[in-house]
Amino acid sequence: MSEQKIDGFELKPGFKGMASDTGSDQTMFKGVHWGKAMMWIFLLSDTFVFSCFLISYMKGRGSTIVDWPNTSEVFSLYVGGVPVPLLLIAIMTFVLITSSGTMALAVKYGYEKNRKMCGWLILATAVGGLTFVGMQVFEWSKLIHEGVRPWGNPFGASQFGSFFFMITGFHGFHVSIGVIFLFIYTYKVFAGHYESKKRGWFTKMKGDYVEIEILGLYWHFVDLVWVFIFAFFYLW
Amino acid sequence: MSDEYDNNKSYQAQSSELMDGSTGSVNPDIDYVRPAEVGEQDLYHGHSFIEKWVFCQDAKVIGVQYFLTAVFTGIVGLILSWLMRLQLGFPELAGFMTAEHYYQFVTMHGMIMVVYFLTALFLGGFGNYLIPLMVGARDMVFPYVNMLSFWMFFVAVAVLMASFFVPGGPTGAGWTLYPPQTILEGTPGSGMGILLMLISLSLFVIGFTMGGLNYMITILQARTRGMTLMRMPLTVWGIFTATVLAMLAFPALLVSAIMMTLDKVLQTSFFMPTILKAGEVLEYGGGSPILFQHLFWFFGHPEVYIVALPAFGIVSDLISVHARKNIFGYRMMVWAIVGIGGLSFFVWAHHMYVSGMNPWFGFFFATTTLIIAVPTAMKVYNWILTLWRGNIRINTVMLWCLGFIVTFVNGGITGIFLGNVSVDVPLSDTYFVIAHFHMVMGIAPLMVIMGAVYHWFPLVAGKMLHEGLGKWHFWITFLGAYSIYFPMHYLGFIGVPRRYFEMYDSPYMTSAVGMNEFISIAAFIVGAAQFILVFNIIKTLKTGKKAEQNPWKANSLEWYTSTVPPEHGNFGERLPVVHRWPYDFSVPGAKDDFIPQTTAPSEVIHTEVEKT
Repeated sequence: MSEQKIDGFELKPGFKGMASDTGSDQTMFKGVHWGKAMMWIFLLSDTFVFSCFLISYMKGRGSTIVDWPNTSEVFSLYVGGVPVPLLLIAIMTFVLITSSGTMALAVKYGYEKNRKMCGWLILATAVGGLTFVGMQVFEWSKLIHEGVRPWGNPFGASQFGSFFFMITGFHGFHVSIGVIFLFIYTYKVFAGHYESKKRGWFTKMKGDYVEIEILGLYWHFVDLVWVFIFAFFYLW
Repeated sequence: MSDEYDNNKSYQAQSSELMDGSTGSVNPDIDYVRPAEVGEQDLYHGHSFIEKWVFCQDAKVIGVQYFLTAVFTGIVGLILSWLMRLQLGFPELAGFMTAEHYYQFVTMHGMIMVVYFLTALFLGGFGNYLIPLMVGARDMVFPYVNMLSFWMFFVAVAVLMASFFVPGGPTGAGWTLYPPQTILEGTPGSGMGILLMLISLSLFVIGFTMGGLNYMITILQARTRGMTLMRMPLTVWGIFTATVLAMLAFPALLVSAIMMTLDKVLQTSFFMPTILKAGEVLEYGGGSPILFQHLFWFFGHPEVYIVALPAFGIVSDLISVHARKNIFGYRMMVWAIVGIGGLSFFVWAHHMYVSGMNPWFGFFFATTTLIIAVPTAMKVYNWILTLWRGNIRINTVMLWCLGFIVTFVNGGITGIFLGNVSVDVPLSDTYFVIAHFHMVMGIAPLMVIMGAVYHWFPLVAGKMLHEGLGKWHFWITFLGAYSIYFPMHYLGFIGVPRRYFEMYDSPYMTSAVGMNEFISIAAFIVGAAQFILVFNIIKTLKTGKKAEQNPWKANSLEWYTSTVPPEHGNFGERLPVVHRWPYDFSVPGAKDDFIPQTTAPSEVIHTEVEKT
């Protein structure tokens, strides 16, 4: 994408390039599909949503009167009678980061018009996401089983359960939406909608493999947010 | 304009950014505009009535839908304000109203007017209609999501209105919805009312995000050939910056709404401290009510500018067109808009001076708040300098613009009072605050909306609104609004608190009663006067005079569509090519007193006219 040529416009590197792109007509981000720009802006807005959640969490955790539960105990799994802290979370994180890798490959094969490979890799990403959500369901049910509720828990401050279910729930909701779209796009790629220029069911627009990259942006974002939730919730 | 010019000399026309016209040799590339970077937008034209008028993907229809829905909620808000004024001015006539009703009306009036009326009207209404037309696009970049945006807003309004009909009625917690009282028993509407309010706000945010993405990306990525950012009308700049603010500020509202919903439904304690009620400890504990205030005002303050910036932009265009003069200091105006937008994220705690905070914190927020006065003052000076020696047409549109400038300065000055901690503390929660924000973000933007309606109605409907009725509408509203809000400043100074249902036998009584009656009468008249506009619109649609294309002789692209009103796709066969900014009015030596944005430099440069 870097070797883009634009008719009658010189793309310059660095700050000068940014200034001349901004000062030009028609587009601000040269050679960028509008959908991609739109996804970036949406992700910026979504970053603010997650930031608000995480900052509220820090404030909430900082100002409780009761002690916060010891996360390395609460989030540990027993393997052969020995508690292994963060085992499940480590696996979940690994699965999610791996799915980011398959997504990146799907984008690459998409631009190479390798329809089959692209489709399989999106499917792999979708399965990875689904596995993640499945493990999250397991984690939730384990904690609920141990008595953790949004309004209270046996380990310490009641805000622990509140923030945990809200923030991981909101992230899990993002992953689930992503998984649904990944399955839809698996179908679209395998059915060759981009080659036949078939119009979308709802949007009535003709698609392109750039849509895979846009979906990929969303997916990487969801992964990145998970890294922050992981750091702030499980490691702190 | 005559004295600077030597009468014997003939002048060559100069456009805003012209090369050396003095030699007479014209650069052959003078009209060159780069070829299109992206292909034509693939528009989907609706086939059935439903696709054309209900679930329509045309931004213009969506804009009108937004406009009408917002006006409907605005009328509801207006009626609520009448009921409040009835209670305050003539409590003996408002026997049907209890204190609970009064709080519910206050709350709903505030929320409706700020979010569902002004925000939706400026961004959803004017944004949808004007952005594609003004930047020379065929439609928004993602019309389907744009359509969803309106319907999400529609559902949000429906949910909000439903809260009037649930047991307990709508929430009466004040529009700021401060916890813990908002969701505790004893506050009106603490059951279903507050829940529906929170759901409605969340839906509004989601719907707005869909629209906002479209506005931003259409402006950034879908301008026509020759349309640089610095050739965009200020209307577009105002709406653009407001949308950026909204995209970054609404998340805080969404998060606080979600957290409060959980506090209400699942008994979490995000915002709820330990509470004793009638000797009993409630199940809540350990939460922070101040956290809500921070989240709410991190949304709430930018929200003020989400309403104000489009108004700034629109009024700049209206003044320029109707004073037949280029906007003074265009770039300064753009940077002022952007600067106000940026600063608005660093001032939120000035709404919380009385909530208790570190004095240094108050000092910081007072400083940032007062800094905002700098770009705003620049804008006011520039509007005045645009008017200065302009060829001003005193028509309805111009009257509304002048009314705006005066009202905005008024509200801005009281803002400087309230921005200072030591002045704010005694004035906070009095009628002075009410007077301040109604002047600055109620009446002032409303005047711009009215001016914009009179200005763009010929484009939307193809007919000219009646001028005489418009002037009546203006004068009653203008004088009436001052009769309402000027006395309120005084009420604030003598210490009459806001949000009080009744004054009982307080020492304020004697001096406040007569004034309250006067304010109420003025409020009834001003409210009723708004129906002059409704009548005017209905009358005009039926029997109005047909508008010619571009009746105001404006330069911006929305007046140069293939048909009036513009059809789906806006510009017919070929998209317009832009050669200049939209403010080339009264250019010395030009044939007419306006040069449309589409006029090439070579068409102007040879026109030599004897200066008289």
